[in-house]
Amino acid sequence: MTHLPTHTEKKLGLVIDLDTCVGCHGCVTACKGWNTQNYGAPLSDIDAYGADPEGTFLNRVFNYEVAPADGGASQTVHFPKSCLHCEDAPCVTVCPTGASYKRVSDGIVLVNEDRCMGCGLCAWACPYGARELDYDAGIMKKCTLCVDRIYNENIPEEDRVPACVRTCPAGARHFGDLGDPESDVSKLVAERGGMDLMPEQGTKPVNKYLPPRPKDTLDKQPPKALETVAEEAKGFLGWLDKALEKL
Amino acid sequence: MHPAPSVIVFTSISGLGFGYFIWLGLGIPDLYGWEAFAAFFVAYAFSVGGLLASVFHLANKKNAIYSFSQWQTSWLSREGVLSVIALLAFAVFAIGRIFFATALPVFGYIGAALAILTVFSTSMIYTQLKTVPRWNMPINPVLFLLYAISGGAILATVGGALSGVVAGVLILILTALQMAGWMMGDKRLSESGSTKGTATGLNTIGQVRLFESAHTSRNYILDEMVHIIGRKHSQKLRMISVAMLGVVPVALLLLLPSGLIVTLIALASHLVGVFASRWLFFAEAEHVVGLYYNRD
Repeated sequence: MTHLPTHTEKKLGLVIDLDTCVGCHGCVTACKGWNTQNYGAPLSDIDAYGADPEGTFLNRVFNYEVAPADGGASQTVHFPKSCLHCEDAPCVTVCPTGASYKRVSDGIVLVNEDRCMGCGLCAWACPYGARELDYDAGIMKKCTLCVDRIYNENIPEEDRVPACVRTCPAGARHFGDLGDPESDVSKLVAERGGMDLMPEQGTKPVNKYLPPRPKDTLDKQPPKALETVAEEAKGFLGWLDKALEKL
Repeated sequence: MHPAPSVIVFTSISGLGFGYFIWLGLGIPDLYGWEAFAAFFVAYAFSVGGLLASVFHLANKKNAIYSFSQWQTSWLSREGVLSVIALLAFAVFAIGRIFFATALPVFGYIGAALAILTVFSTSMIYTQLKTVPRWNMPINPVLFLLYAISGGAILATVGGALSGVVAGVLILILTALQMAGWMMGDKRLSESGSTKGTATGLNTIGQVRLFESAHTSRNYILDEMVHIIGRKHSQKLRMISVAMLGVVPVALLLLLPSGLIVTLIALASHLVGVFASRWLFFAEAEHVVGLYYNRD
């Protein structure tokens, strides 16, 4: 049944640092690569070399410009977006076939591809656009948090993190247990004021975003204009001044 | 939202079919033999035809059988289960009336109740979605039920079992509530509190503007949830819809003497109006994921 578990043993998820992300799309490419060659139906491309190419991706990077309220200079924020593995995942409960589920052991939200009928209702229920129906396979695809990497004892230990985290050249993506307040990711979230996306939707996302750090501002007042040192001219300039005024 | 023909046909036609079943279950009209066969044939054609149309919306039809399994949590699953039970209850009711001249009113009442629950479940598939604020309001289930009952009422006037006045009044109420629903819906997105700022969490810094989208071509999310073409003529379509689903059938039913031709013309006009209004139901519905793509 597509009941949500009342409690999960872990809350595995990502912490994405919007201050550090350089918007290179490396995570997008690594995700597409890993998830096309491994678990589940491949992420297809349609008309890949034609005039109107499109494809399925589980992670995409937007770019926003933010103009500060106090009128300072605008800043560009690179914004990667993928499944947030919500505690109150609306995509799970709407599923009519039981294909969507949230794991009790680690909180990962997954799709059982042998049961999915491709109705798309879960994608409608997700506020974040995290689920994409693969047009070739007819199956709903979403971020698996790389379940086939993180527990995989056949690959070196340092590789047992999601492909996007492993590849990020800026160190802007962090993976861990957000249910454990002592974990590195939880400490990072506490320290940097990690936030939820669209909290008003009531989804309780596990993934957190670290807001951009405040920009530096000038700490000294700019230098004043030079003060006048002589009120009245003397000598030759004084004579010239008087002579010119008499004209 | 993408106004896919399969879901527009599904919700409109199956609603009409189950609406007619509700009246038939209550014994209005009270038919036997060949007349009963004709009436139940029409009701089954609309309801089953509508349900079959919904199957064309599925990208992986071979797993459709599993959709009966999650009735404890999923409104879509409940709709499937209830529709099948309702159609089975009416099968017993119809066989009794067609072949044995027996009324079996209990099956009629149970079937009518199940038909109401089926239409309610259909409406909840949409109403439950917080992500589409225009759908997420209590008037939508009321409208779905009224569409079904008043559409069925037009069919029930055949042979004079139901007076044209009752059907006309029901359609008037439906039309008025639909107009109220449109006006309430227009305010829903701004009332939801979701903005580009909350979607990105960057509202704490300042005004957010899309600088560059995550992808240059279309994708499933844009195809399905950021559909904007249908909104261009929304005001004109609302007027057409009100005229066809409300004004024309009401005028025909209240002003002309009842008869099969009048009923059929009223029904045809009503159906065109229902299709226009269902097109708007999907095309006008804004999904909050559009905020990530909003270029304003």
